[in-house]
Amino acid sequence: MNSTARRRSYGVKGAPYAFLLPATVLFALFFALPVGYALWLSFRKVKVSGLGLGSGARTEVWAGLENYTDALSDSELLDGALRVLGYGCVVVPVMLGLALLFALMLDSEKVRLTPFTRLAIFLPYAVPGVVAALLWGFLYLPDVSPFHFVLDRLGLPRPDLLDGGPLYLALSNIAVWGGTGFNMIVIYTSLRAIPAEVYEAARLDGATPLQIALRIKIPMVAPSLVLTFFFSIIATLQVYNEPTTLKPLTNSVSTTWSPLMKVYRDAFGDGDIHGAAAQAVIIACVTLLLSFGFLRAANRRQKQEAAR
Amino acid sequence: MSSLAVPQAEPVAGSTPGTDRDRPPLRRRIALVPTVTLLLGALYCLLPVAWVVIAATKSGRELFSTFTFLPGTGFADNVRDLNAYRDGVYWQWMGNSALYAGLGALLSACVSAVSGYALAVYRFRGRETLFNVLLAGVLMPPVILAVPQYLLLAQADLTDSYLSVLLPQILSPYGVYLARIYAAAAVPADVVEAGRMDGAGEWRIFTRVALPMMVPGLVTVFLFQFVAIWNNFLLPYIMLSDDEKFPITLGLFTLLEQGANSPALYTLVITGAFLAVLPLVALFLVVQRFWSLDLLSGAVKS
Repeated sequence: MNSTARRRSYGVKGAPYAFLLPATVLFALFFALPVGYALWLSFRKVKVSGLGLGSGARTEVWAGLENYTDALSDSELLDGALRVLGYGCVVVPVMLGLALLFALMLDSEKVRLTPFTRLAIFLPYAVPGVVAALLWGFLYLPDVSPFHFVLDRLGLPRPDLLDGGPLYLALSNIAVWGGTGFNMIVIYTSLRAIPAEVYEAARLDGATPLQIALRIKIPMVAPSLVLTFFFSIIATLQVYNEPTTLKPLTNSVSTTWSPLMKVYRDAFGDGDIHGAAAQAVIIACVTLLLSFGFLRAANRRQKQEAAR
Repeated sequence: MSSLAVPQAEPVAGSTPGTDRDRPPLRRRIALVPTVTLLLGALYCLLPVAWVVIAATKSGRELFSTFTFLPGTGFADNVRDLNAYRDGVYWQWMGNSALYAGLGALLSACVSAVSGYALAVYRFRGRETLFNVLLAGVLMPPVILAVPQYLLLAQADLTDSYLSVLLPQILSPYGVYLARIYAAAAVPADVVEAGRMDGAGEWRIFTRVALPMMVPGLVTVFLFQFVAIWNNFLLPYIMLSDDEKFPITLGLFTLLEQGANSPALYTLVITGAFLAVLPLVALFLVVQRFWSLDLLSGAVKS
């Protein structure tokens, strides 16, 4: 931009602020205010005096850190957190591993039918989580499941997919199914952005496609891998829809299966909005801590690699 | 610029025109391992969809008695039952979803466009701060938002209304981010400057000159937000209690919940799920070529 242009754009001072007004107002109302309100609620509690009858018997008072200590010593929340951590340790690596594998395969030479396979693998992105859980839920249901049908015909034992250990895998599978395609596309587009010359030298040196994939392609798309990891961690720790949808189909999913489900139950089932707010704040902090921790670790590693 | 309907880019090195005439064995012409791996992936992804298509054709009795992938005979009856269920509330849910997602995504694209443009084209005090604050919204977990959003909207007497689902989803920090990147790439500074020379006002330059240039990026923003709102479950679940206002995700969920007690409703749930998947799949097939996902990875690099 030349100097006259710069002076001009300083001349139209009001315009950018006016243009950003709608976004700012919406942000204040639907992001900042709710977050502030949640924080405020998390430090308050309801004090019941006497029998708690009549007006004025229930008053809101300052609670300090009480809600937080309650939440942190709440075994239901802790159990839910452990369940979701276990679930996340399956979902995130499997989903992104598959996404990377498919993206590399799409990007390899002489591969056929890619318009079809690419679209088919991306398709689950268009299916709402609730509907995905519903479809898989029926596929797991012994009376309807094709897996059970086949195992039965073969005379093999039929595991109950909606209970115990298999339930984790069943839930993980739904998330993997829903998320692989989108992440594949993100990784694939960044693979396509690598200029072809980069491979030329390696190819002339006689590198195999596998070596090219491992030594050149994967390091080149590392930034998108980091980003997909980052967002997958956030999404996975917030899991809510899938276990909630499976709940009507099985008794093994409790109303507090994931921490988020517990927040919902405490806030709307038990009416304990203060405790629920404290839990929500804790979940948000842990999520951000884990995801940013990962981002920092990944960045440090990349810097080290670059320095080497 | 590439899109989802991808980039058959420059011919790959190594496949010179001569090779085809020499007719090497099949294995040399098709990379077998990648092709088969991708076909397996496609099979896995299509399995539940194929199942719901077939299951939707089965009558209640057939669902539990015939082999899963054997088509049934009851599709017309199932659709009739679904139409009759609570005076066609199912179609009301579909309409609601279309309204929430369509209008919400449209408004979102508008807000993103004007914000992204301002952030890309103008230099002003507080620009980066504002941008970073807006972006932080992406990281805000929905749980910490949805519950207080409900309580706040309850104080404004707005819960259980269309607005309660629509309003919180208009601002998409991600959309603003994409629009900014796109505007920076697609709207040259001298075009804006030329508009000023001609004496056009800032708003007029934006609507007449910049906006048309930003359309492809805005289509992407629209589609992302459309899918996000269509697929959203938690927010309407918290906000709404009147099932006339439910979106399809919530409607199907309540149907499934009732089905837990009476398996007769299973066929309704399945047919409903099948019909609910159709519009988005159709939308995808139609618009995938306009959907430039490379914005995503372009964003990563900067």
